[in-house]
Amino acid sequence: MSASTTAVPAGDLVRTAFAGYLLGLADDSLILAQRLGEWVTRAPQIEEDIALANIALDLLGQARTLLACAGKVEGLGRDEDDLAFLRDEREFRNVQLVEIPNGDFAVTMARQLIFSGYQYELYRALLTSTDPMLAGLAAKAVKEVAYHRDHAVQWVRRLGDGTDESHTRMQTGLDHTWPYVEELFERAPGVAALPRIAADPASLRPAWDSFIGTVIAEATLTIPQPTWRARGGRAGYHTEYLGHLLPEMQYLHRAHPGASW
Amino acid sequence: MHRGVDAPRTPAVGGSAAAEQAPAKPPDTGAHLQQRFDALIADDERIEPRDWMPTGYRKTLIRQIAQHAHSEIIGMQPEGNWITRAPSLRRKAILIAKVQDEAGHGLYLYSAAETLGVDREDLLDLLHEGKQKYSSIFNYPTLSWADMGAIGWLVDGAAIMNQVPLCRCSYGPYGRAMVRVCKEESFHQRQGFDILHTLSHGTPAQQAMAQDAVDRFWWPSLMMFGPPDERSAHTAQSTAWGIKRLGNDELRQRFVDICVPQARALDITLPDPDLRWNENRGHYDFGAVDWAELTRVIKGDGPCNEQRIQRRRSAHEEGAWVREAADAYARKHHNSSAAEALA
Repeated sequence: MSASTTAVPAGDLVRTAFAGYLLGLADDSLILAQRLGEWVTRAPQIEEDIALANIALDLLGQARTLLACAGKVEGLGRDEDDLAFLRDEREFRNVQLVEIPNGDFAVTMARQLIFSGYQYELYRALLTSTDPMLAGLAAKAVKEVAYHRDHAVQWVRRLGDGTDESHTRMQTGLDHTWPYVEELFERAPGVAALPRIAADPASLRPAWDSFIGTVIAEATLTIPQPTWRARGGRAGYHTEYLGHLLPEMQYLHRAHPGASW
Repeated sequence: MHRGVDAPRTPAVGGSAAAEQAPAKPPDTGAHLQQRFDALIADDERIEPRDWMPTGYRKTLIRQIAQHAHSEIIGMQPEGNWITRAPSLRRKAILIAKVQDEAGHGLYLYSAAETLGVDREDLLDLLHEGKQKYSSIFNYPTLSWADMGAIGWLVDGAAIMNQVPLCRCSYGPYGRAMVRVCKEESFHQRQGFDILHTLSHGTPAQQAMAQDAVDRFWWPSLMMFGPPDERSAHTAQSTAWGIKRLGNDELRQRFVDICVPQARALDITLPDPDLRWNENRGHYDFGAVDWAELTRVIKGDGPCNEQRIQRRRSAHEEGAWVREAADAYARKHHNSSAAEALA
């Protein structure tokens, strides 16, 4: 009993916070990669099958690096697959935005615009992280995400300023996804323990706002004013959708405990 | 291949930019055009998009290249079926990259077909209406993860066997597209072998999964080379035109000969009791292929024909508003940039 009330040494606090921070970033990329993978063979044109698969592949690559690193920091001997396939819903640390269903192409592009815009600012900030792994990952990922962001920008412009139908659908897509924006910029509890290592999400907001504002205006769309907002993903509080995504992703790995693939 | 100045290309009609880009219509069907075409074929030279070519040659190529492109696009489905369920992150990444390659192959091939004067959109319509075919192998379901291995090893292996000779196809754009496609297919084939090797050296359940996948995909893979030469509707003419370099039966035999030792290395049994080395022929003998099954599946009565086409149709139809929006946006912004340029 006394052990549980003893103050955890500062080093362990930082380690726990860092592992949690890395898991949050990893899970964002992993879950969105999973969603984008659902699009393959269903996209509006073959070029988009390729583009969405490619974005999924980039995000999956980021997730693998981050999960492996989170496993090392955590020090419990878990590798990337243990973390991806053997955690339950409440242990996932992603924001809710990435787990919502794909919807139509406009919903997917709205989600991608929001997320790639956020991830671009995030990785730019992490370029100067004092953690060499994070800084290294950011240097590679920021280039990938610049393309993801550009891809989303071009589609949001085309759909917003295309036909009446596409304009309506794109605005609906924005309206549908906007309640999930605030959560991206919320300061997670552990981040305060990681000065100069992590990026403070709140600090990313002004650049994101300015970027998004320009794109939405160019696309002749309106920034939504949602009446509710998502919260809790970083603490393992998710939408009901995640509980359907995970079994599909994890079933085969779990059905053969200890097997190599 | 470079051609001497004494055999100039047949010029496109007129000299306008549009005519430069459009595939030529034969200005006439005079004997000298046919003679020049025949000479090029006889010399093993390449026919290029703006060269005159017989109508039958053009039609055959459009049919074959479109069917090949459709196979790549439909072929994304059986493997796409496992992207969300791949058993490790590494395998998931490899599978996404592979399916993405297939979409890329589809695009090269549609582009090669477009050099013959058809549009991708029209070809897709023909696919969706069931008027053009795709490789019958993709009408079989992928029921376990091991099917990703069997498809890579056997289906991509058979595809490579068919496609390597096509790199020397008399029609330039098709042959060149095949060079790149074959390089990527060779990676795909090795990754399939690697999946099966891992499974066949894994747990008993994984071994059973690998054997079951090969049991299901072996015979349909042999059918991928088409019916026996004497029953093949297109072989003779395509061979004469330098489109097809080797017969169906020869390719099938080569494939079997390569697979037998590989199956041994995988510790997997090929499901053919008649499979044995024939010292006199210097080849493996193998059992009778069920050609009635091939005919049946080609005609639409396979386990997934309906599902595959339905998926393509619904992706196309549900994406129509997106393509229309892109066209509308392009028109709007092309017009406004043209207006700005004039202002």
